[in-house]
Amino acid sequence: MPTFVYMTRCDGCGHCVDICPSDIMHIDTTYRRAYNIEPNMCWECYSCVKACPHQAVDVRGYADFAPLGHSVRVLRDEEKGVIAWRIKFRNGEKDMNLLAPITTKPWGVGIPQLKSVPAPTQEMRDSQLLYNEPKYIRMDEGGLHTLESNGLKMKEGVYY
Amino acid sequence: MAYQTIVEDNIDILVAGAGLGGTGAAWEARFWGQNKKIVIAEKANIDRSGAVAQGLYAINCYMGTRFGENNPEDHVRYARMDLMGMVREDLLFDMARHVDSAVHQFEEWGLPLMKDPKKGNYLREGRWQIMIHGESYKPIVAEAAKKSADKVFNRICVTHLLMDESKENRVAGAVGFNVRTGNYHVFKSKTVIVGAGGASNIYKPRSVGEGAGRVWYAPWSSGSAYGLMIEAGAKMTQMENKIVLARFKDGYGPVGAYFLHLKTYTQNCHGEEYESNWFPGLTEMVGKEYLDTENQHFSHKPIPTCLRNHAFISEVNAGRGPIHMVTMEAFQDPHLEEIGWHNFLGMTVGQAVLWAATDVDPKNQNPELTTSEPYVMGSHATGCGAWCSGPEDLSPPEYFWGYNRMTTVEGLFGAGDAVGGTPHAFSSGSFTEGRLAAKAACQYIDDGKANGIRVSEQQIEKRREEIYKPMEHYKVYRNEIVAGSVNPNYINPRQGLDRLQKMMDEYCGGVTVSYMTNEKLLNIGLQKMKLLEEDLEKLGAADIHELLRSWELKHRHLAAESVFHHTLFRKETRWPGYYYRGDAMKLDDENWHVLTVSRRDPKTGEYTMEKAPCYHIVSEKEE
Repeated sequence: MPTFVYMTRCDGCGHCVDICPSDIMHIDTTYRRAYNIEPNMCWECYSCVKACPHQAVDVRGYADFAPLGHSVRVLRDEEKGVIAWRIKFRNGEKDMNLLAPITTKPWGVGIPQLKSVPAPTQEMRDSQLLYNEPKYIRMDEGGLHTLESNGLKMKEGVYY
Repeated sequence: MAYQTIVEDNIDILVAGAGLGGTGAAWEARFWGQNKKIVIAEKANIDRSGAVAQGLYAINCYMGTRFGENNPEDHVRYARMDLMGMVREDLLFDMARHVDSAVHQFEEWGLPLMKDPKKGNYLREGRWQIMIHGESYKPIVAEAAKKSADKVFNRICVTHLLMDESKENRVAGAVGFNVRTGNYHVFKSKTVIVGAGGASNIYKPRSVGEGAGRVWYAPWSSGSAYGLMIEAGAKMTQMENKIVLARFKDGYGPVGAYFLHLKTYTQNCHGEEYESNWFPGLTEMVGKEYLDTENQHFSHKPIPTCLRNHAFISEVNAGRGPIHMVTMEAFQDPHLEEIGWHNFLGMTVGQAVLWAATDVDPKNQNPELTTSEPYVMGSHATGCGAWCSGPEDLSPPEYFWGYNRMTTVEGLFGAGDAVGGTPHAFSSGSFTEGRLAAKAACQYIDDGKANGIRVSEQQIEKRREEIYKPMEHYKVYRNEIVAGSVNPNYINPRQGLDRLQKMMDEYCGGVTVSYMTNEKLLNIGLQKMKLLEEDLEKLGAADIHELLRSWELKHRHLAAESVFHHTLFRKETRWPGYYYRGDAMKLDDENWHVLTVSRRDPKTGEYTMEKAPCYHIVSEKEE
């Protein structure tokens, strides 16, 4: 399902160009609107569809195996933290609405600024621990697993 | 050409490619290097780049030690068995003992993890997998990376690593170009963490035309992790270990949640279970140690992914295809039906589109499965990648040279697909590897290992010329012809990619030959690869976008050449179902219970191959 762009909905804002991981959404120089320049490098990831403020970007199944007449549309709402999908079958017999959360928190607030947290001690630097460890591994007082703590050793040879 | 040269100097940590591995590296680097300069260079936009761009519906690597579910060594044994013994157990253990702390952070950052309403722990899909609403997995981790990085350069295609000229075999940064402005970017850095991706599209895909984009791994996964590191002379390991996936036909929708959570199962066109018919013959090929069907279901040993593929491929070749996924039972439950659809919408929307287009309602019919073309990567059920040092407290001497996740090039680190021998890392494990690499890179700098790096103007100028050559070449020869894409002086990047894919397919065990190859085929293939290499010097790029595709192709070519050499070196069939060496159809533990390690000499392009010992984690009590 490579993407395509509806002429009357696109205003050439370029959000899709900015987000496409494959660099295939470009602005047409004549019409000043976006289009998919390389459908066979499109993963149907829907990044551009979700990013479009006008629902101008849609998807039509890959011509080599998908018959015409279907639809999978999406609305992603960062503020509400949800994504809504609608799937319509070619034969019209199935029409599904599906809703899923995309985040549990307002955007970005749960992420600390590591520049301003207390700096790691030399002891931590010399250990195998990462930021927030060992606490965050088990969320209790337990330490980091080692070969020794788990009664293990490395041995060369054929073992299964 | 009028493109500017833009130099970013005095970088401490350059993250080249920011998918899950790269974002993990950038995030963690800030803690260990609070005053260090951390820079990301990414060829797309980090909000939606890498393999997780469209989201995930599961985190496939979570131990759950918090809930008493698994210990790191359990995961090591699992991955070892799935990969027929060929893994780096020090790196795996290290990843597994840290991975839960990454997942717990994701939850705090807002990633919705599903909970088991009865037990209160995360909802398990399988022993290692937990279920998530992960549509925004990538934007969330990108947010964390942006918080830590001093600068994020989106839309920079990194083409080469810079090398130090005062000390042999030491990295000094990277260069690339901006795929929007065309400008030349130079990043002078004390360390580089390669978070770039594995390789899709180096084998001819089953689909034709438009559908060539519906590959299993993202089409933008251009093998740049390998292209960059191989070109710099870093040693690689297990590059022969390509992966073939059993997936829903054409859409390549994932089957994990279907098997594990929805309890669907497969059958042949007669509605029969077929796998067990092939197991006795398989046991003869690989030995009872690797396939013990009587006890395997009940032990820690899974039936390796490749062996299940083998049964699938054999059954289809015996004329009893297609193989169906039996969904009609599970999908009668409306809750499970909804999960089945959400699973696709969260990570492979294309499969939902395909079923809508073909009126496949899994409630009323059992969808077809297929086995994919091969892929070269290092974070799913395969472990291609660079030969990296392990951590001090775990690694035997052959696996340890000072800094965790550092390649054999000093100051050059890897994460995710870039690191070899660490399968089953998936998203969370790749992020964790990035964190580990970041801490080690900070340590490397603090130890003074990056002092006195020198990069000459000649090196920078030489790379600049090299980078724009496909555009120059096009300009020179374009007007020799009237119009069109046929020119006796150049090929365009698509034409080059088509040739690479055909070659890999026919000589290196692709899908049209049922994954079969042998020494003779591989040698012919390698000769043709050399000719392609010559033609890649004559690539013609009409614009900056084609220049991007040109460099992706060059990276894919370097990765593919490595795959050829490794496949030739390992004279056995270690992973039936991933590929077959027709001239050595049996698994051979006597000679090949070893890891394969290669190095391409950056000056001559010559390959040298060696065997490295395979260490396993065993119980202290075991003799």
